[in-house]
Amino acid sequence: MSGLELHPALPLLVGGLLLAVVPLSVRRVGIVLLPVLGFANLLQLEHGEVMAQLLGYELAVLRVDKLSLLFGYLFHLAALLAAIYSLHVKDAVQHVSGLAYAGSAVGAVFAGDLLVLFFFWELLALTSVFQVWARRDRASTSAGTRYLIVHVASGLLLLGGVAQRLQSGESLRFDALSVETPGSWLILAAFGIKCAFPFVHTWLVDAYPAATPTGTVFLASFTTKTAVYALARGFAGLELLIWIGTAMAMFPIFYAVIENDLRRVLGYSMINQIGFMVVGVGLGEGLGVNGAVAHAFNDVIFKGLLFMSMGAVLLRTGRINGSELGGLYKSMPWTAGFCMVGAASISAFPFFSGFVSKSIIMYEAAHRGEVWVWLALLFASAGVFHHAGIKIPFFAFYAHDSGLRPPEAPLNMRVAMGISAVLCILIGCLPGVLYDLLPYSMTYEPYDVTHFLTQLQVLFFSALAFTVLMLSKVYPPELPSVNLDVDWFVRRAIPRTAATVGRPVVLVSSAVGSWVAGIPRAILTLAGWLHSPKGRLGDPWPTGITAFWAALLLFVVLVYSYWFA
Amino acid sequence: MVSGEKSSSEKRHIWDNPKNVQRLLVVFFICCALLLLADLFVHRHPAFEHEELNLEQAFGFHGIYGFVACVILVLLAKQLRKLVMRSEDYYDGEPKP
Repeated sequence: MSGLELHPALPLLVGGLLLAVVPLSVRRVGIVLLPVLGFANLLQLEHGEVMAQLLGYELAVLRVDKLSLLFGYLFHLAALLAAIYSLHVKDAVQHVSGLAYAGSAVGAVFAGDLLVLFFFWELLALTSVFQVWARRDRASTSAGTRYLIVHVASGLLLLGGVAQRLQSGESLRFDALSVETPGSWLILAAFGIKCAFPFVHTWLVDAYPAATPTGTVFLASFTTKTAVYALARGFAGLELLIWIGTAMAMFPIFYAVIENDLRRVLGYSMINQIGFMVVGVGLGEGLGVNGAVAHAFNDVIFKGLLFMSMGAVLLRTGRINGSELGGLYKSMPWTAGFCMVGAASISAFPFFSGFVSKSIIMYEAAHRGEVWVWLALLFASAGVFHHAGIKIPFFAFYAHDSGLRPPEAPLNMRVAMGISAVLCILIGCLPGVLYDLLPYSMTYEPYDVTHFLTQLQVLFFSALAFTVLMLSKVYPPELPSVNLDVDWFVRRAIPRTAATVGRPVVLVSSAVGSWVAGIPRAILTLAGWLHSPKGRLGDPWPTGITAFWAALLLFVVLVYSYWFA
Repeated sequence: MVSGEKSSSEKRHIWDNPKNVQRLLVVFFICCALLLLADLFVHRHPAFEHEELNLEQAFGFHGIYGFVACVILVLLAKQLRKLVMRSEDYYDGEPKP
């Protein structure tokens, strides 16, 4: 390192915060320029580490290698796209917190040890929640608060793991962590929450649809991908992850089919895609981790693009439920077209980005002889096309005509979607550009006849199933509704149970409380009675007796001072 | 942003014409048939090198699997609705977190 370059988190983090005090016109230049400057700074970095002394510990505040650089590039690209997408926004809170959030993610992936990681991990939670709160209504306020509680808890688990490792004399370095110690399990749990593992996934489908149209684009890019990075760094090859990832790829697609809020559909679909990445990490070093991080890279772009198209629909119509939309291709043709590029990419159509990364994971699962995992992932692939590839564009832009004729998305949104769409196709056609950035060298060729043909067969016959089910009216209609997920326990069952079980407790404690509170009242009543004209102390006292009592009191004070003071 | 409403003098868009929808469906069905038939002429190399899953080499495996997967997905999801679907205002008036 030449020493001239900045820590890569600083341009976005500090620069972003400085934007809070400048006028809107300057801020708009700043949010686009800072990711570009940050990227230029990134290109100056050489592989290696920078250490710093803090609180008596030698901390690796910066570790640069292929894995961290890949995510560094990705997060700057995502920050730039989200910044362009949110140029029309006037709200300083969203711009400032958006860039600071991106900077926190960059800091986390360049952290060389766990204490530095913890710092940026918590900063991610604190900076990102404003993308939800910025909507400034009751629902987003409470969804944001729930989101924040979950992510702060994830940070505390990480801190607990760090403390446990310190106590047992283990290193604080953030390299592969063995799962032999309780500290590592705590750290895995912390990563799992941010990665939306099953049963701790509801923060994602709760908060992302509650955020502002532009906020969801920021949110979709950084938090879960930082967690995928952390898993790849700390727990590559952990077999448990193969099974967790398979479950993540499978269960959300059922929810996605029946969900009405199209941004929540994308939230479930996001968990499904992260499932593929977690399987990749579980398959271990080499092709497994390569597939996971390549898919994370592509997912940020195509999922960002899908969230952008739905954000544009929400901005222009004020609606996002499938049951209230339809026919928008007539007045928003560009947004519809970009959405379909994102849909083709997430569905892994040949020549679109998803194809060249998801296939690595599938290939490696088969190579390892994981039959059930492979079959489940193939099922999930068909399901992705079904709910994200077809359902999202179909119910928003086609289906029955809702009669809405909103204007096309603002120019800045179309530019951001256009760049994302070009990137999806570019990476799909020239995968070598992405493959060169991957942490492990590999000889993998995504385009061969077998893979090309089988993938098209899976996709076309999934579409055929959709067509047949639609024409025969078996397909479940979009209905205005809420679907219960495991957060029901926290949001409904526990508060209700607590209220029921707590009732006797409240009654008893209030009875005890009123009895206890009665004691001072009784003393006061007694004192009042004693001092009343008829009371014992209400009598006129002779001076001598008063002097005696006063002297006795002084004596007691004197003796007390002598012995004890 | 107030969304526009459709006006009566609007031009007819491409999918307003049922004939265009019919044409698209016909082209789509032909594509599906050709993809299935391609299995007869293309030698696919196996994904599983040690023959853990011989079924994948069967004629039309990927197409049939994709079709069946999606039908199962939708039918199960419809059952899931019975279990988890509630009215839109279900969580309204929830206590503060």
